[in-house]
Amino acid sequence: MNANLNLLIGLAMGLNLLALGTSRLPALIRAMSAQGVILGVIPVLLGHDLDWRVALIALATLAGKGVVIPSLLRRAMRTAQIDRELDPLIGFVPSLLLGAGGAIAALALVPLLPLLPEHANTLLVPGALATVLTGFILLIGRTKAISQVCGYLILENGIYLFGLLLIKAMPLLVEAGVLLDLTVGVFIIGIIVDRIQRAFDSLDTRKLTALRE
Amino acid sequence: MKSLLLVIVPLLAAALAAAWPSNRSRPLLLPATGLIHTFLCAWLFFCPPPVTPGAWLAFDPLARAVLPAVSLLFLVCAWYGVSYLKIRSERSNRIFIMALLAVLGLLSAGHQSRHLGLLWIFTEAVTLAAVPLLHFNGTPRAFEATWKYLLVGGTGIALSLLGSLCLGYASLHGGGEGDLTFVALMSQGAGLSRPWVLIAWVLLLVGYGTKMGLTPMHTWKPEAYGEAAGIVGAILAGGVTSVAFTAILRIRSVVGAAGEGAIADHTLLVIGLFSMLVAALFLLGTRDFKRMLAYSSVEHMGILTLGAALGPAGVAASLFHVWSNSLTKGALFLSAGNIRRAAGSASMDEVRGMNILTPRSAALFVTGLFAVTACPPFGPFFSELKILRASLEAGHMAATAMFLTCLLLAFFGLTRVVFGIVDGRPANHAKATGKRFVESAGVILPPLVLLGLSLWLGLFQPALLHDVWAAAAAQLYPSP
Repeated sequence: MNANLNLLIGLAMGLNLLALGTSRLPALIRAMSAQGVILGVIPVLLGHDLDWRVALIALATLAGKGVVIPSLLRRAMRTAQIDRELDPLIGFVPSLLLGAGGAIAALALVPLLPLLPEHANTLLVPGALATVLTGFILLIGRTKAISQVCGYLILENGIYLFGLLLIKAMPLLVEAGVLLDLTVGVFIIGIIVDRIQRAFDSLDTRKLTALRE
Repeated sequence: MKSLLLVIVPLLAAALAAAWPSNRSRPLLLPATGLIHTFLCAWLFFCPPPVTPGAWLAFDPLARAVLPAVSLLFLVCAWYGVSYLKIRSERSNRIFIMALLAVLGLLSAGHQSRHLGLLWIFTEAVTLAAVPLLHFNGTPRAFEATWKYLLVGGTGIALSLLGSLCLGYASLHGGGEGDLTFVALMSQGAGLSRPWVLIAWVLLLVGYGTKMGLTPMHTWKPEAYGEAAGIVGAILAGGVTSVAFTAILRIRSVVGAAGEGAIADHTLLVIGLFSMLVAALFLLGTRDFKRMLAYSSVEHMGILTLGAALGPAGVAASLFHVWSNSLTKGALFLSAGNIRRAAGSASMDEVRGMNILTPRSAALFVTGLFAVTACPPFGPFFSELKILRASLEAGHMAATAMFLTCLLLAFFGLTRVVFGIVDGRPANHAKATGKRFVESAGVILPPLVLLGLSLWLGLFQPALLHDVWAAAAAQLYPSP
């Protein structure tokens, strides 16, 4: 059971690196939605007898992160006619190195944390930490509004991975995480609405600089 | 049951606002709901209901100590909102009013949440419900402010969820049964896994600190308050920040029960003073009087956090400061909104001589300035004095000195901007902007009432309020 679980989390961590290294927006969205699908499958593998709450979380994640949000993002990309090249503040190679270094640091750090025996041999905690870090790098290091949304989503995926530790004991907290998807929804609606109002030409967040000291 | 009505009534009113056909009469829903809410709040304040310890939502002593202030602020802002929306009758106000009422309901729920997960859900919901309020003007600058608010606020809220999960894991690791009410977490006390509690504390402080606007997570504040209408600024600064503050207080009590109270207090002290310092320095530099209010809000959040670091006496003083800050800051935001509308700009490079153009709003703004910079006999003077005393009694001499220095710097910064726009001869183009702004009773009386309330807090503070704040502090620091 743990072997399958770790394989999937390892895959999700690999997708982090893909997201950091790619220079094309569609590829970033693909990596993100693949990660969403993987996260949706993981709760089923956790070895608990499948009650309806766990099934619901898995289904909501699969549909939300794997299908709905990526397709919304693609739609935003089309309506806003956004240039598909990503325009990094932190270059692709430095972000890859940061992400990989972060993943290694997470793996090294986790044995220092007190974990319950059933979690000690899984990649859940290091996977969560590495994914959260990836999200941060994308949030800070990419300039396009849509790629920042992708970064936020990957940050959220990391939090969800961590939440899986608690899915049996405190399902409410994990379910609450679905609300974060709602935030993402608001982000994307913001992009689409703004595009309709034609307030900006490129949606380059570097141009959001009218407000400063 | 009545405490649930505090949540249900505003949410129902929001639904009603969605269905209400007339753009002209819809704003009346605001004061109507505000009146019911304040009435319910006052009732619960004077006859507090018994609280079952395991309840997820209840009007407990901490909610009793803060929620009435939010309710009062909302009521006065709602009154102002009717006149404001009459001026802005060219836009549909349906979504604005829905969002405002939803924010009130969700704030009431957030203040009453006694469950870690529930508290997070309501804070997240308030964050999202406030988005249309910021975007009401529909300008590119408003979009920019909304985007930054969402991005910074969203990241903060995500981190506080991660922190909540860590606290949950601390409980699970210590043999907890998955009960995440604050009462249960506190009774688990030293059984919580220490490393996880500390990780959770850092994440939750950063997360809810972002919502409060503590430095260095305050960057959304100047943009959001600078671009939003005065009424929105007042509700965000007086209501939404207070729910994040009570969240931090509740979490601090769990960390304290786990035996890490000293570390928690130390971080609160440092982050509070740092917020005050950075805000004071920015106040010396800013040239925009609405952004000035935002930095002043950051400064006062710093004061609250400093108070929270000083034990039960400090927490009681902080809760007093929540009241005096909410009401005084409300008066400033509303009068600044008037001046902004009359002058057509918020920069002191373009706005001058407002005591000639809008004499009443300017007078209110100047009085509000003195109130918020803690001149006696207004509320903030007495609440800051209490925090000062708590700080001296706790023996933090250096912190006290820094606290006073920051207050002085902030005073310089605020007076520089306020007198810059109030004095002098009106700029020519300000006179020429077509329709003149009329200082009707509807836009002058609400800030005046708020200032009156601030004065009342300072001069005629009932002993009951004092007891309520002390009771809330006692809830957070249970005697062993």
